[in-house]
Amino acid sequence: MTVFRNVIAAIALVAALPSALAQRVTAIDSARSEVRFSGKQMGVAAEGRFGKVAAQVDFDASKLTSSRARIDVDLNSVDVGSAEVNGEVKRKPWFNVTAFPSATFESTAMRSKGAGRYEADGKLTIKGQSRDVLVPFSVRQEGKDVVFEGAFSLLRLHFGVGDGPWKDTDTVANEVQVRFKLVGAAAK
Amino acid sequence: MRSSVYSPPAIALHWLTAALIVGAAGLGLYMVDLDFSPTKLKTYSWHKWVGVTIFLLTALRLAWRLVRPAPSPVPGSARWQRRVAAGMHAALYVLLFAIPLSGWLMSSALGVQVVYLGLVPLPDLVSKSEALGEQFKLLHWTLNCLLLASVAVHVLAALKHHFVDRDAVLSRMLPFLSQRS
Repeated sequence: MTVFRNVIAAIALVAALPSALAQRVTAIDSARSEVRFSGKQMGVAAEGRFGKVAAQVDFDASKLTSSRARIDVDLNSVDVGSAEVNGEVKRKPWFNVTAFPSATFESTAMRSKGAGRYEADGKLTIKGQSRDVLVPFSVRQEGKDVVFEGAFSLLRLHFGVGDGPWKDTDTVANEVQVRFKLVGAAAK
Repeated sequence: MRSSVYSPPAIALHWLTAALIVGAAGLGLYMVDLDFSPTKLKTYSWHKWVGVTIFLLTALRLAWRLVRPAPSPVPGSARWQRRVAAGMHAALYVLLFAIPLSGWLMSSALGVQVVYLGLVPLPDLVSKSEALGEQFKLLHWTLNCLLLASVAVHVLAALKHHFVDRDAVLSRMLPFLSQRS
């Protein structure tokens, strides 16, 4: 009987999976979403996060061609763990938040990679400079929420982040890892 | 039987440590007032690397003392002088461990890990807390003031032995002096 029950459970699980991922998501909860980044200075790992992330998302796993996402990161919400450095990275050589208050990702295409994994092509704009990026991400159901998580790398100098003497990549590495978590409620 | 002079490795390590202390202090005083810049990040890292090196050399020196004990006090020195000298040397060793350690604690608390020579990450000793970091900063500064005072006494005592008492206390740590006299 236990075997029988397990089979039923397995069938139920398999049946539940596609339906969970097929749900359409059209709203993101900014308060529970965040973007983190990490890099290295003098070989020392350094981490930071942006607390204010706004996203306009229309994601439907069964209609990826019409799915799209636009994510705006408020650069003023940067936190690298030190009040002094937070002030510095908002200044002109780094994010220049007065001229460029936000960084934006706008998707152009999405593809499924199977098993809840996807990738999005899109345009990333930081400090007024745009570049095409490929962003792998996963989608999973967590209670009533649909959680989008992903990570990609970028080169900060492509966007002029760290100008002047900060162009020296021996001190602050050029490569930056970006991780994001967006929490969306499934549309009814 | 104990030798009457310091062994060449002990002499080399002593003067290397002295040079590194001057270097670490110089870097430390220079870096804190710098504007946020690549130079600031570099000098902080170099300062930490020098500090870790001093810590390691101090451990090595103590280990070497077990292999080759320090020479006996020079003949004719008073008992209180021997006691004070031994106490001062012990205090210097303690500070040469405690100062890098307080810097390491400060780095951990302020959330900037120490990565020795940019290659070897040292584990963070405490979790991140800016308030705790400020306390370790004060401790690091206070211990350095103590070191400055101790080194001043150490140097003045050595000079007094050499020029006033005219004994071998300094020349056994600075061999070219004995060849001259």
